[in-house]
This record gives sequence, C-alpha cells and structure tokens, in this order.
Amino acid sequence: MNKLVAWIDQRFPLTQFVKQELTEYPTPRNLSYLWNFGSLAALVLVLQVITGIFLAMHYKADAKLAFDSVEHIMRDVNYGWLIRYMHSTGASAFFIVIYIHMARTLYYGSFRKPRELMWWSGQGLLILLMATAFMGYLLPWGQMSYWGAQVITNLFRATPFIGDQVVIWLRGDFSVGDATLTRFFALHYLFPFIIIAAVGFHMVALHYVKSSNPSGINLQAKDNIPFHPYYTIKDFFGFGVFLIIYFVFVFYSPNTFIEADNYIPADPLQTPAHIVPEWYFLPFYAILRAIPDLFGGVVAMALSIIIFAVLPYLDRSKIPGGARYRPFYRLLFVVFSIDVVVLSYVGAKPPEGGLILVGQIATFMYFALFTALPAISIYEEKWLRRRGLPPEVEELITAEENQRDIREGKTQS
Amino acid sequence: MLKKEKSDVKNPTRRDFLTTATGAVAGAGLVGACWPFIQSMNPTMDVLSKATTEVDLGVIKPGESKTVEWQGKPVFILHRTDKQIDEMRASNGGKDPIEDEKRVDVPNWLVVVGLCTHLGCVPSRKEEGWLCPCHGSVYDNSGRILKGPAPTNLERPPYQFLSESKILIGNNKV
Repeated sequence: MNKLVAWIDQRFPLTQFVKQELTEYPTPRNLSYLWNFGSLAALVLVLQVITGIFLAMHYKADAKLAFDSVEHIMRDVNYGWLIRYMHSTGASAFFIVIYIHMARTLYYGSFRKPRELMWWSGQGLLILLMATAFMGYLLPWGQMSYWGAQVITNLFRATPFIGDQVVIWLRGDFSVGDATLTRFFALHYLFPFIIIAAVGFHMVALHYVKSSNPSGINLQAKDNIPFHPYYTIKDFFGFGVFLIIYFVFVFYSPNTFIEADNYIPADPLQTPAHIVPEWYFLPFYAILRAIPDLFGGVVAMALSIIIFAVLPYLDRSKIPGGARYRPFYRLLFVVFSIDVVVLSYVGAKPPEGGLILVGQIATFMYFALFTALPAISIYEEKWLRRRGLPPEVEELITAEENQRDIREGKTQS
Repeated sequence: MLKKEKSDVKNPTRRDFLTTATGAVAGAGLVGACWPFIQSMNPTMDVLSKATTEVDLGVIKPGESKTVEWQGKPVFILHRTDKQIDEMRASNGGKDPIEDEKRVDVPNWLVVVGLCTHLGCVPSRKEEGWLCPCHGSVYDNSGRILKGPAPTNLERPPYQFLSESKILIGNNKV
C-alpha cells in the first residue's frame, strides 16, 4: 500500500493534495452549523445527478410519451417511485440548502473582500441551478410543466427588436412542443456537469481564500483547526440530519413539492385556472408581476438576481464581517428576509386586489435596501466608532487605513 | 469534562471503536442505498407481465411449424408427423446427443427457442430441420445440433399443456 502511494506520489501530488486540502487544511475553529450548507449542497448535487441518471434510463423525451413514461417509472420500474420522488424532493431540497447557504453568506458578510469571486461564482451556480430546475420541471409534461415553460420562455419576448424570433428559436416551435421538450431534456442532462465544473472553481477559490467565520475577522493560525477530522465529521453529521428530514418528505409526503395540476397531461389549449411557479421561484415571480409592463418586469426580475453581484461594493463599512457586530446591517438583513417572504407569499397568490400593491411595495423595498446599503454602512461605521469599538477591531481598521494611505502615497509623519 | 478528554487520549481504543462503528454504519447505509438503483435496472413490471405466452396449437397442421414470440425471443412450435417422430426416435442427434423422448413432452409437439446456440441468429425452417443462415449450423426435427459451429441443441423453454390444444410457454410462477 505504502509502495503504491509512493509510486503515485512520484507522478501525482496525492499525499500533498490530501495534506494541503484535507488533513492540514486550516479551518476556523468557530464555525457554526450554518457553515454546513456548502457541503450539504454538494451532497444534494450528487443525489440529483445519480437519481437523474437512473431516471433517464426509463424516461422518454417525446411529447407523446413523456407523461406516460413518468407514470411508467412510478408504477412499473422497480423502486422507480423512490428514485423519482428523491429527484423531485431533491430539487426543493437543493434550493432550501442553497438559500440558507446564501443567507448565511449575507448575514455574516462572507461575500466581502477577499471572497468576491466565491460570491460571484456562487451566483453563477445559482443561475445555473435555476435554469436546470426550470428545464427539468418541463420533463414530466404535466399542465404546470407545460404552462410554466410557456410563460417563462415568453419572457424572452422582452428581448429588444428580435423578441418574437428569440422565443421561437428557444422553443423550436411556435409554442412549447416536442422540440422544446427534447432540447430541455438534453440541456437538463448537460447543465449538472457544468455545475460540477463551476463547483470546482468555487472550491479552488475557497481553498485559496479559506472559509470565513462568524466573527468576520481572519483568525490567527492558532485559532484554526485541520479540516479533517474535525469538519469532515461535522459535515457528515450534517448529512445525517439532512437525510432524515429529506427522507421524511420522500417517504411520507413526496407530493408536498409537486403541484396537483401536474398530474394532468399537458394541454396546449387550456391553461390551468391558477398557475404558480415552483416555490423557489416565487419571490422573483412576484417581482416580475409587480411591474405592469413586460419589458420592465423582465428587467426587474433579472436585476433582482444580478444585483447581488455588486454587494461587495455596496457595503462600504470598514468594520469587518456582517450582521453579528453591526446592528444596522443586521436590521437590513432582517427586513430583507421578511421582504423576500412577503414576495414569496404574493407570488403564490393570484394577482388580485390589495396583493398587487403589497407586491409592488415589497419589490420597491427589495431594491431600496440594496440602494440604501452604501449610505447606511458608512453611517453605521461612524456611529459604531463614535460609541467605541473593541480595541482589537479598532486596531485592525486603523492598520488597514494606514496601509491604504501608504499605498496611495499619503505617508504619515 | 477535561478529565474525560484526558482518559480518551490515554485510551485511544475508545476512539477507534467510535470511528469503526461510524464507518460501519455509513458503509452499510451506502451499500443499502445502492439496492434500489441496481433493482431499477432489472426488467420492469410491464416487461415481466410479458414473461409468459399462451399458444393455440389448433391452427398448426401436421408437418407445419409456427414461430411465436416469448420474452422477445422466437419460439418454434413444430407439429411433427408420425414419420418425423419415427425418424427422430431412431437417432440420437449429433454433437450434443440426447434421446428424442427427452426433447418433447408430447411426441407430436416440439417446442424450442428459435435462437441458434452459436451466436443467436434465428435458423430458417427446412424440410429436415433448421439451418442457421449466419454460420450454417444444422438442426434436426428434434432441435438437435447435427453439424456446424453451434455447441448445443436448441434450448427447450419451460412450457406446459393447459389443454390438449393449448400451451403456456414460460414459468408462470414469477
């Protein structure tokens, strides 16, 4: 065994890799369970890929066969019901895990310098995940699948000048049809592998800048512990807890995340009375509907996702970290969270009466919070420093200010 | 608390036990989780429901043969004349010798899987038996290999007579 490892080590940095990235990889000792969600997302990704490959062995990507082939999986394929419910529940689990992962990043300010590339690659991953989930949702070829795809592909009509052509090109047909289904299947199978590659980028960036931690301050070497065994076992414990909750849904309530209307085969001539997207798209759907104009709505919706990218620049505070030691930032986070919940609620309901106004106010709030962040973070810093920061933090900030002054040539006398 | 940690350090076998136990449980879980996925690749319920085929023998005249489908494979049913039966009783086949009595349940009816035992082509019907078009294996009217590359006689599928003129091919105890 040792000989084999030595043979490999001469040709491939196996031992060095394991040491550097696992057994000696320095990890902050103070990570809470909120830092489990990255590895959880990887677990769900693996589950989705495996169940998806086995589903593809029985699924037929043909408008005439798709719906029946899903029922065939549910009734005839050995354990097909289990594999399909794992996959459909896994989609929702993926978004829950990712949204918690993002919320943690927002709350603790983990997106801030030097982790901007982690934040942006994570954002790219979210968009890839959304696209994958959206295309996968068409595959059962039920009423919700069909009309969801119809509505979302129609959004591209907002493309200036060539909108109509773009929509027809996306669908390969004048409405969502067999060509759309087949290409969505092909891409739904492809995208997870792009996601895996992007996760690779995310991990390389992570292992370069290392994990953030609840304090927001980069810890000294003595306050780090090796990833293995401490965080491997903690991640595995998280897997256990996650799998228990996941399988409670898979075994006891698998249709919680499936709209009943999707058990009706797709009918291009009739839209279901009440059409809603999957829960994980609701806030963005609410923003889309809040603007009474096709182009404006699409732009607002796209912006609501893209705007996260500028967060590292919107947060102007010199105080490190996020909400834990910054009361104003914490307040913004809480208001933002409530706002997203309100948007989700509005997105799930028919656009009638007062809810339209609520949706518009919540949409305004969504963007207002981002816009207000620079001013608030600057004011918060002044306010906190006036009241006196802990000496260690003050020291940290002055050190950084001095360094910047030196860089900019304003040497102090 | 501190005391306990110290005793753990002094007594590392306790840690070994925990590590081994955790690994064993996780390993058993992983192996168990493979089971549904492996099973999902086995024939599905609708395929299994086609595992038996019922054949009405009344339409096959003496000397004629009929090919029916069973589990996606061709099955030859030959209604043998008395002359053919006598010929077959007289010989013991060729490469894979066996008495004709053991090839049939009822002397008039020969039921064999119509796939050449060489590489699985479907032999064509000839007066004196079957000839495989792929590599020239020759079978007699008992489905026994006479010459050619095929190693064994044509396979006998499981079947039973439901009545005098009706058979069920396949094992109905699935």
